[in-house]
Amino acid sequence: MATEMLAYIDRKSFIHELSGATKLIIFIMWSSIAMLTYDTRILLFLFIFSIVIFKISKIKIREIGFVLLFILAFLLLNNIAIYIFSPQEGVKIYGTSHVLFEIAGRYNLTLEQFFYQTNITLKYFAVIPAALLFVVTTHPSEFAASLNKIGVNYKIAYSVSLALRYIPDIQRDFRTIAQAQQARGIDLSSKEKLFKRVKNATSIVLPLILSSLDRIDTISNAMELRAFGKKKKRTWYSERGFKQKDYVTIVIGAIILVVSLIITFYDGSRFYNPFM
Amino acid sequence: MKKPVIHFENFTFKYDSQKEPTIHDINLTIYEGEKVLIVGPSGSGKSTLGHCLNGLIPFSFKGDIKGSLTVKRQETKDLNIFSLSKMVGTVLQDPDGQFIGLTVGEDIAFALENDATTKEVMHEKVIDISKLVKMEEYLDASVHALSGGQRQRVALGGVLVEQVDILLFDEPLANLDPATGRHAISLIDELQQALNCTVVIIEHRLEDVLDQDVDRIIVMDKGRIVSDTTPNELLASDILEKSFIREPLYITALKYANCELTPTKELEHIEKLKVDTYKAPLQHWYEYATFEKHIQDRSPVLEVKDVTFSYGDKVPTLKNISFTIQKGEMISIVGKNGAGKSTLSKLICGFERDHRGNVVFEGKDITNDTIRERAEKIGMVMQNPNHMISKHMIFDEVALGLVMRGYPEKEIKKRVEKTLQICGLYPYRNWPISALSFGQRKRVTIASILVLNPEVIILDEPTAGQDFYHYTQIMEFLVELNKQGITIIMVTHDMHLMLEYTPRSIVLADGELLADDASVNVLSDEELVEAANLKQTSLFELARRADIDEPTEFVARFISFDKEVRKIGNRNVSVH
Repeated sequence: MATEMLAYIDRKSFIHELSGATKLIIFIMWSSIAMLTYDTRILLFLFIFSIVIFKISKIKIREIGFVLLFILAFLLLNNIAIYIFSPQEGVKIYGTSHVLFEIAGRYNLTLEQFFYQTNITLKYFAVIPAALLFVVTTHPSEFAASLNKIGVNYKIAYSVSLALRYIPDIQRDFRTIAQAQQARGIDLSSKEKLFKRVKNATSIVLPLILSSLDRIDTISNAMELRAFGKKKKRTWYSERGFKQKDYVTIVIGAIILVVSLIITFYDGSRFYNPFM
Repeated sequence: MKKPVIHFENFTFKYDSQKEPTIHDINLTIYEGEKVLIVGPSGSGKSTLGHCLNGLIPFSFKGDIKGSLTVKRQETKDLNIFSLSKMVGTVLQDPDGQFIGLTVGEDIAFALENDATTKEVMHEKVIDISKLVKMEEYLDASVHALSGGQRQRVALGGVLVEQVDILLFDEPLANLDPATGRHAISLIDELQQALNCTVVIIEHRLEDVLDQDVDRIIVMDKGRIVSDTTPNELLASDILEKSFIREPLYITALKYANCELTPTKELEHIEKLKVDTYKAPLQHWYEYATFEKHIQDRSPVLEVKDVTFSYGDKVPTLKNISFTIQKGEMISIVGKNGAGKSTLSKLICGFERDHRGNVVFEGKDITNDTIRERAEKIGMVMQNPNHMISKHMIFDEVALGLVMRGYPEKEIKKRVEKTLQICGLYPYRNWPISALSFGQRKRVTIASILVLNPEVIILDEPTAGQDFYHYTQIMEFLVELNKQGITIIMVTHDMHLMLEYTPRSIVLADGELLADDASVNVLSDEELVEAANLKQTSLFELARRADIDEPTEFVARFISFDKEVRKIGNRNVSVH
């Protein structure tokens, strides 16, 4: 079977032992910092620290390789788009202009623009490991419980976790359908032209939607018959209580959050400016 | 005095989306501690009746109710689905789809979680229930790693945890291999005795359910109750035949032998059957019924040579499988759930690759051919038609394979129309597929494969979820195709199908080929039946008890006789 994307990967590590809610809180703090700050020093720190955490989790790069490539491709696209639509953004922000080499008019590459886009890329790099780790080290059973614990309505929390849980099933359906369609002559391999391949792929979408709808129908009936949604609150069988290491982790996370924000806003600008 | 727990009175229900009521004027009382079986062909309203009991009607599926339905003296329309679920626990068909939790413990706990039970109480209760269904050692196991029988146990546990008084089973045998189905039925019986609850089973596989005692059988047809009586009374009557429900095979055999069936003969179970007065007519029939063996000279069409395959680097799913299929054969591949049957058919079609060993078609090695190239020789019809259908109109769907291969429009039209005629779908050629029933969709998928003129067609569970009427329709259609020279391979759990339609069977268990023999021989070999989770037919037992020397021969004669009878009966049946 194809490797399952974004599925839980079972290891014995400190990260795995933390409760799902702790990881979620850390992830939210982590991404808030990365979103708010453009301070290169903080971003670099976050990035290096995420790599360390990643090491601790004993997850191998290979295991999340596909998703990683997918995100990196988006990152590249994002960078290109920024350059096309706003090639002088860096100059506007940092107030100086050092042309590295000339291309054409406003498309001349400046050191400032390069620095600005490096920061954007760093933001991604700081968040990606944290996001992926949260997904692959939180047991799916605990997922909904942890969302619920930080205040998300349990119905929404459950829908999110069900959606994630069905990813492997839908991947399996996709594969079965793709095989059936290939047998009928729909070529999805690289032998076919890209445009035709995209068009051919749509013939898998309809059956996939139909079979997914079937699935949703069955599961929602099953849930209703077992009293899902009966009360305003519900409890969780596989919820893990907070232990000492959870508290310690959250406190460390909070310190990093506060310190980062102080450094970021200390001089009244979110940008760290090495050009002044 | 028996206490009624379920009481329908002049109950009629019409779905909002339908013009006519699906069930009419139901009057039915089920008493405390009873075990009631509801049978009926597809569309008879038996599932709708079940939905009324568990509250999916009217709380999830909206519609008009006339008359009254009370469960434990409370009118159900005045309750809600949650309070009803405290009284009626439902086990749906296909445990896979109804698992909500990921681990055994979590799934059993689901209803408790929704009731906001504290964690300590919840864990305690889950342990109690798991002991009851004998799953206490698997609490942390993933539900997807369990065997079919274990899944049934977990599904039951999840329902029992609410301490319901009424258990409702909606087609509990669907998709289970025969031995697992048998376990499921005895598990239901065991639990009923332990818990003293009321059990309602909705199922069309009558013979399998009757494996354990049932108090009463309700027969539904066209939305009405046509019979409500004890199994013995029912089996002595001709109601089953009239409602297109397959009666137990030994009953059919007794009828063929002109035995007089009366309720006092303990008809409900082959072991209990008072066979004495039936011996003479059965032996007489056996002498008179002949069985012609057609042995034709055939050439091999498909050879599988020493194939070994595994997904990833895990244990092999298939180990050293070799067999040959002759041109024009109709053959079954049988075995436990997860024995590698589907994988084998995928390998033959080239859906899975990188196996050791070879696949040879008409003497030519096709191991390295692509899916598309193989599809012109070997067609594959998947179990779920929704996995194959990708167009809105029937004509376009069937034409798809030809269009993709770039045939000229005129030829496409000619071939599609011819195929639609063969499949009995020509009158519907301009219909949208969404207007078709499940059985008709199945036909569309067969047609879309057939249009490519393959020599061999592989069908995965062609009759799963079909009632006897549609089962016969599909199978007779396949026989017609077979007569036109197409080799047909079926992956199936249905022992009737295997006996009746496929002279030869290939038996797989745990990735190994256990047997490649005449179906009659396979099903008379007790060790083999056990090892591959199959089930012996009741005909053997009947023949044995009637002192017939060659039970295997008796079965063979029965099958050929039965086919003749049904063929005559089916001539007047049009496409439905």
